[in-house]
Amino acid sequence: MSRFTKSLPLGLLVSAVLATSALAQTAPSKFSGVGRTATPAEIKAWDIDVRPDFKGLPPGAGSVAKGQEVWEAKCASCHGVFGESTEVFTPIAGGTTKKDIETGRVANLARLDFPQRTTLMKVATVSTLWDYINRAMPWTNPKTLTVEEVYGVVAYILNLGEIVPENFVLSDKNIAEVQKRMPNRNGMTDKHGMWDLKGKPDVVNTLCMKDCATELQIRSSLPVSARDAHGNLMEQHRPIGPARAIDTSKPAAPGQGAAAPAAAVVAQAASAAAAPAKASAGIDAAALAKKANCTTCHAPAAKMVGPSWAEISKKYKGDAKAPAVLAKKIKAGGAGVWGPVPMPPHPNLKDNELTALAQWVIDGAK
Amino acid sequence: MSQEVKKSGRLVRAPENFLAKDDVKSPALMRRKFLAASVSTAATSMAALGLAASSRTAHAAVGAGDPNILNLPAHSTGLGMPVAANAYGMPSQYEKGLQRRESPGLTRVSAASVAFTPLQGTFGIITPSGLHFERHHQGWWDIDPSKHRLMVMGMVKNPKVYTMDDIMRLPSVSRIHFIECGANTAMEWGNVAVPTVQYSHGMISCSEFTGVPLSVLLDDCGIDRKQARFVLAEGADGSSMTRTIPLDRALDDVIVAYGMNGEMLRPENGYPLRLVVPGIQGVSWVKWLRRIEVGDQKWATKDEAIHYVDLMPDGMHRQYTGIQEAKSVITTPSGGQTLLDKGFYNISGLAWSGRGKVKRVDVSVDGGRNWRQARLEGPILTKAFTRFNIDWVWDGSPAVLQSRVQDETGYVQPKINQLRAVRGTRSIYHQNAIQSWKVAENGEVSNVQVY
Repeated sequence: MSRFTKSLPLGLLVSAVLATSALAQTAPSKFSGVGRTATPAEIKAWDIDVRPDFKGLPPGAGSVAKGQEVWEAKCASCHGVFGESTEVFTPIAGGTTKKDIETGRVANLARLDFPQRTTLMKVATVSTLWDYINRAMPWTNPKTLTVEEVYGVVAYILNLGEIVPENFVLSDKNIAEVQKRMPNRNGMTDKHGMWDLKGKPDVVNTLCMKDCATELQIRSSLPVSARDAHGNLMEQHRPIGPARAIDTSKPAAPGQGAAAPAAAVVAQAASAAAAPAKASAGIDAAALAKKANCTTCHAPAAKMVGPSWAEISKKYKGDAKAPAVLAKKIKAGGAGVWGPVPMPPHPNLKDNELTALAQWVIDGAK
Repeated sequence: MSQEVKKSGRLVRAPENFLAKDDVKSPALMRRKFLAASVSTAATSMAALGLAASSRTAHAAVGAGDPNILNLPAHSTGLGMPVAANAYGMPSQYEKGLQRRESPGLTRVSAASVAFTPLQGTFGIITPSGLHFERHHQGWWDIDPSKHRLMVMGMVKNPKVYTMDDIMRLPSVSRIHFIECGANTAMEWGNVAVPTVQYSHGMISCSEFTGVPLSVLLDDCGIDRKQARFVLAEGADGSSMTRTIPLDRALDDVIVAYGMNGEMLRPENGYPLRLVVPGIQGVSWVKWLRRIEVGDQKWATKDEAIHYVDLMPDGMHRQYTGIQEAKSVITTPSGGQTLLDKGFYNISGLAWSGRGKVKRVDVSVDGGRNWRQARLEGPILTKAFTRFNIDWVWDGSPAVLQSRVQDETGYVQPKINQLRAVRGTRSIYHQNAIQSWKVAENGEVSNVQVY
């Protein structure tokens, strides 16, 4: 090509270069017929990530007040009104101080006695909050918040940590200033050997083979109280082989020989054979309750985030209108009957599933 | 009798088919029927009563012979099941104990939780697909593959969209790799917390994955190799999981995979498309993969800025800790089991390294004082499970079993106190310490920490 450039008029040269680059952009791939160019609308629909330098952050704004409104309606059921709840997830706010905002290091992270690490104690980058809330919240209906709502919820969380004042309006214009106040902004390091394949390990052991330094001392073992905490171990192993699992439904009997009686082992194998077929007719409400995440907040007898199955059953048993009322409530969500923490809506459950769940709860969730 | 039991610590194998199905419902009835059946050998009677006897007694008491041999069973004297009775085959009914299980109390929400692989029951290096561990961040879906799309965009000349048809038309590779959650064994940083290898090490599986090398797709879109430094992988589920992948990994052995162990991925493992990032913690193996973005900065996504950050004793968090360093564990015998008897055992376990191949595994039966080199079973593959075995004759005295791997970089798996000396007890992720199993005189195997 350079051979000809001297004799070519400038205009032609420019168009030749443009043509070359245009050609490069649409160059037929080695795999002809495979894949196609993404349209701008498609890229816009999926390209939702926001980086720490705020590339990808959509223009917009949201106030702490707006955020509080959204929070109480859509977030508080899991996270608590003040982001303090440990019922479902680790807490969002708490554990940070005015001093941390100055230093950019959360002092409580170095304390061994501090009970729990909250999101605001850990997160160094405010972009992370925006990106994640936008893509994944609320829990049961992700990607349904408006841009204003996302800004608002981030502002509300920041206000819980006293990083921004109550009357603050967070926007794409001032978010970089807010970043400078993040309590743990200087609390992350990538100086370690676990990112690069050729990174240097930080912990070193040697290949000692004989008379190695060790104290033959049991430093830690499973507490007796935890013996059955994972269910009966006998039911979690193969009934044949070089070892048998321990029947942890029976108390440990030190010195009494092998813990698992052979007859029980055999019975286990046989009972696997005799497991009854599950009723296939109708809806398995118990399974549905698990699948629909009801059991996240409701337990059989104890109050968790929501009332226990037993409490609900006691309240509605014998009320002829109750099944329809409860079915509607499960679908729409709501608050007030059992306390201020609202139940999230369950719009994806079908009508017959809602009725089955409601009846199952009223009947005692058996 | 009880004296003898105490010494031998043994279970007698009861005759396996002496119970009719109906009998198992009532242990009392079972025993009455059994006793009434006038089986006369002492050993089998004791077994039925839940008593143990020494092996010598059991063998000596066989008499004319084992009823399992002398009395032909139904399966030797009748007609069996036809082909395709189970159109998609399932494990034997006797294998029901081996299932993925949650650790009670570990998480509050089953849609953002973990189900552990029962390593105590698997052989070789491949994890059966139905037992592959599960970790979801916002529940799992069974996605219609005809509607699934992968977009590759960012610093590329030509951003592209691929259907599953497109991806499955491209040249494919099949590679065996382990996938380990960064939080595997996290519960045991400070002390023993769980009873069996399923819960201590079961956030790991190893499969043959089939798909297209990511580098092929990046080149197909014309990646800007001068500017690009990282890629972002994003899932199509509610959480739309995102993770930053270093470009040198992305251009090396990362696979955009649709196949697992000869069939399509299971829905719980990302059907129809997931990223395979060999040697890197499982959270980077984005499931239901919908988008790859090429960029020049790390993204600090939720799972690399709030979770999957390793807290150090000084209060700093290590960010972007991806590589799973070399680790091994004895799976047989392991916690929660009881050895049948004194005598010969094949100690068997798994070793792996996120930095390459396993070079050697040593095993100690005296709590790490003396070690013997184990046999490595082939194939020995990079960033894959390697199975090791070693002979052991248990003399009935207390023992503490340990395994220790060295990988091809020379790195040696550390002891828990060595890890703690550097990282403290609160870093949650990347706990790759030597595991200790105590064998008591009665044959019970339990999880302990010895160093």
